[in-house]
Amino acid sequence: MKTYNTDVTIIGGGAAGLAAAIEVNKGGKEVLILERGIELGGILMQCIHNGFGIKEFNKELTGPEYAQKFINEVNQLNIPYKLDTIVIEITLDKKIYAVNKIEGLIEINSKTIILAMGCRERTRGAINVPGFRPAGIFTAGQAQRFVNIEGYLPGKNIVILGSGDIGMIMARRLTWEGCNVKAVVEIQPYVSGLLRNEIQCLEDYGIPLITNYSLTKIHGKNRVKGVTISKVDRNFDRIIGSDQFIECDTLLLSVGLIPENELTRIAGAEISSMGGPIVDNNLETTLEGVFACGNVLQVHDLVDLVTAESKRAGRNAIEYINKRYKKKLKGIEKIHLSAGHNINYVKPDNICLGEILGEIIINFRVKNPDRRIQINIKDETNKTLYKKKKSYVIPSEMIELKINLNNMELNPKCNGLIVEVIPQLEPLIE
Amino acid sequence: MSSSEIYDIIIIGGGVIGCSIARALCKYELKICLLEKEADIAMGTTKANSGVVHAGYAAERKFTKRNLCIRGNKLYSEAVKELNFPFKRMGSFVVAFKVEEIKLLEEIRKRGIEDGILDLELILEKQRIKRMEPNISDDIIGVLHAPSAGIVSPYEMTFALAQNAAMNSVKFFRSQEVIKIDHSDYIFTITTQRNEFKSLNVINCAGLYSAKISKMLGLDYFDITPRKGEYVLFDRNTIQLNKILFPTPTKISKGILVCPTFHGNAFAGPNAQNITDIEDTSTTTAGLKEVLEGAKKIVPNLPLRASIRNFAGLRAVPSTYDFIIDNTDIYGFINVAGILSPGLTSSYAIAEKVIDFLELLGVELKVKEDYNPYRPKPERFTDFSKKELDKKIKEDSSWGRIICRCETISEKEILNAIQGPIGATTIDGVKFRCRAGMGRCQSGFCRPRVMEILSREMKLPYQAITKKGDDTNILIAKTKDLLLKEIIKKEIQK
Amino acid sequence: MTECEDRGIIKTIRCIVCPTGCLVEVRKDIGGEISFQGYTCKRGLEYAQQEHFDPKRIITTTIRVEDGIHPLLPIRSDSPLLKEKLSYAFKIIAKTKVKAPIKMGDILIKGIADENVNIIASRDMIKKKVE
Repeated sequence: MKTYNTDVTIIGGGAAGLAAAIEVNKGGKEVLILERGIELGGILMQCIHNGFGIKEFNKELTGPEYAQKFINEVNQLNIPYKLDTIVIEITLDKKIYAVNKIEGLIEINSKTIILAMGCRERTRGAINVPGFRPAGIFTAGQAQRFVNIEGYLPGKNIVILGSGDIGMIMARRLTWEGCNVKAVVEIQPYVSGLLRNEIQCLEDYGIPLITNYSLTKIHGKNRVKGVTISKVDRNFDRIIGSDQFIECDTLLLSVGLIPENELTRIAGAEISSMGGPIVDNNLETTLEGVFACGNVLQVHDLVDLVTAESKRAGRNAIEYINKRYKKKLKGIEKIHLSAGHNINYVKPDNICLGEILGEIIINFRVKNPDRRIQINIKDETNKTLYKKKKSYVIPSEMIELKINLNNMELNPKCNGLIVEVIPQLEPLIE
Repeated sequence: MSSSEIYDIIIIGGGVIGCSIARALCKYELKICLLEKEADIAMGTTKANSGVVHAGYAAERKFTKRNLCIRGNKLYSEAVKELNFPFKRMGSFVVAFKVEEIKLLEEIRKRGIEDGILDLELILEKQRIKRMEPNISDDIIGVLHAPSAGIVSPYEMTFALAQNAAMNSVKFFRSQEVIKIDHSDYIFTITTQRNEFKSLNVINCAGLYSAKISKMLGLDYFDITPRKGEYVLFDRNTIQLNKILFPTPTKISKGILVCPTFHGNAFAGPNAQNITDIEDTSTTTAGLKEVLEGAKKIVPNLPLRASIRNFAGLRAVPSTYDFIIDNTDIYGFINVAGILSPGLTSSYAIAEKVIDFLELLGVELKVKEDYNPYRPKPERFTDFSKKELDKKIKEDSSWGRIICRCETISEKEILNAIQGPIGATTIDGVKFRCRAGMGRCQSGFCRPRVMEILSREMKLPYQAITKKGDDTNILIAKTKDLLLKEIIKKEIQK
Repeated sequence: MTECEDRGIIKTIRCIVCPTGCLVEVRKDIGGEISFQGYTCKRGLEYAQQEHFDPKRIITTTIRVEDGIHPLLPIRSDSPLLKEKLSYAFKIIAKTKVKAPIKMGDILIKGIADENVNIIASRDMIKKKVE
């Protein structure tokens, strides 16, 4: 069995892994990327539409272009990577075991590990759609891979469930390839993806967007023959008598993404209820010296934010090697950050009190859309330490706050902070 | 195939019953073949089954299925040694919420012990129950414990049976739907949509279609109606169940159970709904709700968010309510029909019974000299130690390419599933043989890779790869095909 | 005559410059003059004007590639193309085949449906190793 030694091992060679690797390399540490696909770039390689890179490069790139820039840099820097390589185990002492066809089983010893495995799609089972189980049902991302990389079309007459960005982008993509997209069906009363995609992917081509409807049955024993959709009430319960049949041969599911944490679990890191590992403001998981970034931590809506987060993970990994690796330090005091009113989740889960140097970044998503709101950070005694006004919030937008705890009057006995989104308190106007 | 070839025995139906009979008969010097309507064996009722190997206390004494079940349960121990399929005797609980139910359980226990299920035990100490099954509801006041009950992977057992039969020269023909059977001069001529087969004896194990087959010969003494059972399957490692959990049975059904699978998933189901369409394996909103509500009574903390699939199976309910295992009025034609629960448990005992009937018919049963009762356990990536793994990959590099990440299935296991005896020819065939695509992502990641391997091995284009046989092709055309066709159409119009 | 037509509104455009999504009304007065109302920023007005007079889109699709490690190469237009010309462009692309190796940014089709718009490669495509 071959053994490798390095400073930092990065699991995943997509947007997150590449950015973290470059950052580590530039910081003067050795790094090794392990990628399960046959090339670097991850899911970006199949996201051939544009809209990537506005924050990072100040222009609109396609997914492959965005990835290629990082791949080129990895190659220029001679950062080593292994393709077609799957990690099968991470031990408590941070040994990684992986396999590939050429080397067999390999063992990698590193000072730190950065988890950058990305996310996966929710499936039909996760939403429990009744009906038959015929051919012709795809997750949107799987269909995207078939159309854009493998070179095959999933069907001709298509219904898409879920108005997330991937669903809408696939609606346009398939229309451009000569398919007939019959409808995009959304259970919520609003579109879950970006407005821009609603206009440019659906409206441009007259694809009906049917909100407040859920998929209630899949027809066809061998191949999909159609779907029944039904209007739902506020509790998402089907309204009797509202059923509509749509004839189609293909159903695409775009019903959400979940962080891909098989390995995180194997490694023994704690996972939060939203699916990503529990991390502190350094992006360090509950395992010392194991960091997480990108969609494996939280599903981002902009790759630019993945890049920024992953660079941060890379810098923190270097910091760890320089200051904390194999040093017995006193337990670091942490306070818990939790989700309050209208907050779906918040990251990080914990904030290290001892090392607050300047600002820390907080990300969250809301549960429900709202306008004219106020974001508060409160302590346990309900004292507001931070507030910010915002004209609107929507669940599909991940919100980023940069806060500086040094500027806040934090009670030394404070154990936890709560983030909440509440309506702005209107001044009374006569 | 030459039409002059005459088989000693033709088995119609490649479910668990047909395959266990094929396997039981393969040790004799007989020329046997099995005809299956679907593109693969084990794809009907066998596939969508609870996988419970019952202890045998449930059926009424007047039914033959009671004794076949008790006997069948015992025969599993031997079979699993020879055939190496996934089976575990984890024991079952029938749970009681009320005092009247306890009384009923006590009666069931008494009769069970009288009939040879000696280890049945009524447990009334709540603490002990909780210790044995921590996830059980607090409202449960007692359970009937049957330690001999177990869980089997029904389709993997069926593949094992079929593979062992094939190793001992039983021929398997798939995608052969029987459309006609003629009988003259003691020879049966079976016509399928593709071929014609001749045989001296026919065993009808066609499950839901067994009445239809029987009627082809004018044997119209029973009917089969489908009874749908819906299931919800949960992700692995989201709840740890130690026991198969049944509610106290009613007259109609054993009720909705909550049960672990051999591979560490949990499932809830089945409900029971009589339907008319023999092909209707669709799940329903109401049915899934019924399943989850029923299951939650027994296990309140069922991980509802971790459901990964729902499916429905059809029980073949006979008009007689008991198994129909008969030498019929037509000499050489045996019906094995209406095998609903506990059919899976009884399968080995049913095969024994069929052998008895064949003896009565005067079929000569001489054991082959080279009979090999063993089917080796399929090699699994996850079963290897690190050292073995390294060696394996160096011997054959396809062990080093992981295709299904949820279940950690390597390319080699998929190749084995395709190339082995009665190899997979479809996506579902691969999935049920080696579990690629069974995990939480439900083939989101591995499907393109499985298609690539199937396409390469079967020398078929991607568009010809099917999920489960005819008309279930996954992809319709190459990217650009539709646009190019449109261009050509317009040019022609010009 | 509908209420909208009565008020001279010929179209409404939802602005996508930011997620606020202002509804911009396009009006035509009796003299044929076009005016815009409902935008709340300069970029919004510019967007609405562009969208009304000259709606353009970037093309992002794939093209068939020979000898590459994949059968398709992702491509894009280097600048936006008039919406009405998209369908024609897709057909030209469908008929075209390119050959690996290709570098990101390589021009694959010069002047597609518009002499100022080129189709370029969205990524590198290395040659498939022949075994």
